Amino acid sequence: MTSLGELVFKIRAKNAGPFWITIDIFCEKPFIYEKVKGTLNLKAVSKYLRMPQKDIKMYEIKNLRVIKISICRPHVQGNLFDRDIHGAQIANLFSEFQIT
Amino acid sequence: MSTKILVPSGVLGLGFDLEALSLGLKRKPDIICIDGGSTDSGPFYLGTGTTKYSFDSCKLEWTHLMQAREQLGVPLVIGSCGTCGTNNMVDWMYSMTTSIAKKLKQNLTIARVYCERSADDLKEALKLNKILPLDPAPVFNQKDIDSFSHIVGLAGAEPFQTALDKGADIVLAGRATDTAIISALPLMKGENPGACWHGAKIAECGAFCSSNPSSGVILLEIDKEGFTVEAMAKNAFCTPHSVSAHMLYENIDPFLLYEPGGSLNVKDAIYSSIDENKVRVTGSVWQPSSSYSIKLEGTKKAGYQTTMLAIIRENRYVTKAQQWAKKLHKLSVEKIVSIMKVSPEKFTIDVRLIGYDATLGKMEKPVNKKPLEVGVLVIITASSQEIATEMSRLLNPYLLHLPLTDKEDLPTFAFPYSPAHTERGAVFEFSLNHIQLLDNPMNGFSLKIDEVNFD
Repeated sequence: MTSLGELVFKIRAKNAGPFWITIDIFCEKPFIYEKVKGTLNLKAVSKYLRMPQKDIKMYEIKNLRVIKISICRPHVQGNLFDRDIHGAQIANLFSEFQIT
Repeated sequence: MSTKILVPSGVLGLGFDLEALSLGLKRKPDIICIDGGSTDSGPFYLGTGTTKYSFDSCKLEWTHLMQAREQLGVPLVIGSCGTCGTNNMVDWMYSMTTSIAKKLKQNLTIARVYCERSADDLKEALKLNKILPLDPAPVFNQKDIDSFSHIVGLAGAEPFQTALDKGADIVLAGRATDTAIISALPLMKGENPGACWHGAKIAECGAFCSSNPSSGVILLEIDKEGFTVEAMAKNAFCTPHSVSAHMLYENIDPFLLYEPGGSLNVKDAIYSSIDENKVRVTGSVWQPSSSYSIKLEGTKKAGYQTTMLAIIRENRYVTKAQQWAKKLHKLSVEKIVSIMKVSPEKFTIDVRLIGYDATLGKMEKPVNKKPLEVGVLVIITASSQEIATEMSRLLNPYLLHLPLTDKEDLPTFAFPYSPAHTERGAVFEFSLNHIQLLDNPMNGFSLKIDEVNFD
């Protein structure tokens, strides 16, 4: 088992407007890209974030070796129960995702 | 032929490298474009019509850009003035501009583009079925609109083009899409529309598309086939990777970008290196839509807040902090309801444990290793500041002394300052994620042109 953060080049997360957060996983090496792509599917992300699949969009960007995950914010940016206005901290959660 | 656009940084107020700016000016750009805002810092700024950036930083940077503009004799354009792009923030930029122009003894034609919409405008558009929800959209009705504090429409390229067409030396626009600020001129000059919007998206954050994001200054050259992007700072480099990766930034879909009047598709775009610092992009496609629509942003007041912060250092309480916080929340709500005679749906108390899950909430994983200490942030939101603060006073003894069980001495937790409560004033929430269909791209956008002569 190793963490995704140790495996890939960079993981960043940011608001994509007030209603979505987008996470970019830069795998860099093609074999790591294939490995991440094989593990981090819609079902796994949904389970990891405890979030319904309908609120998650996933994209594979082969030429950049990037897996992109966009999630519908559990709380709209800046509303009473939002905890991270800029939506950047979820990158840390993905960094700690365990991969075999 | 091509159109050269100098983008000094991602936003006015963030700073840029002056040497890079001067290198950029040597390349004789046709226009200087900068963004002035975003929703990225939350609803407060649109809610109140205020800026998040320092006036002094903005003024200093704007002075440099006005000098640069004068030197080249080209237009200088800013969109989303004062973070939120409300009408009063366009005027804020106008007053800053005229005061600088006076000092620099400049003669200028200044165009102001106003983007704010009234509650009546929105009601009328709603009645005509011109307002469509995006996903996910807050639900509202005709009556709710009266409680919206500000409504702005995001300008596309056309309002900028109208201002430039009228000979504006400086364009100060309210809320606009980041890309429209940059794409307006090259579109007017007939450059490839896919390249105009794609180049604009790549350059909208300044040097974020390079190896040195904080250097700021980017030169974009757009022609009939594609665009070339280059970082101006000596220690910043644009590579196919850094440039194409920026298309992903703050964008839900990596290949599609919706803009007023159409969408940009970059699925088949080709990014190639020209030299170590220059990237050429071709193959971006602009797909015009059958109807013209703009995005709306709106906010409404969510209440008034008072916050408190306590710190737990005692190991037993640190270990059982989550159980303790639940008890604190329950007792606080009960006490407030019983003493203040307020119903529970009229206020919220949010207790966040810093050290457990204060950042990610329900998405956080279970904590394996207990922290050394735990911060307890209590956020109270009520219908007035007085009520929220009165609630904080009722809650104060619990936050200071609440025991885990009834069979132990009262603990005393750390309050980092006195008074223990902090009044945060009115807080806001985003109330719109909608588009508005327009019969004409200028509908709802108004232009004011002034000549100022200080020479």
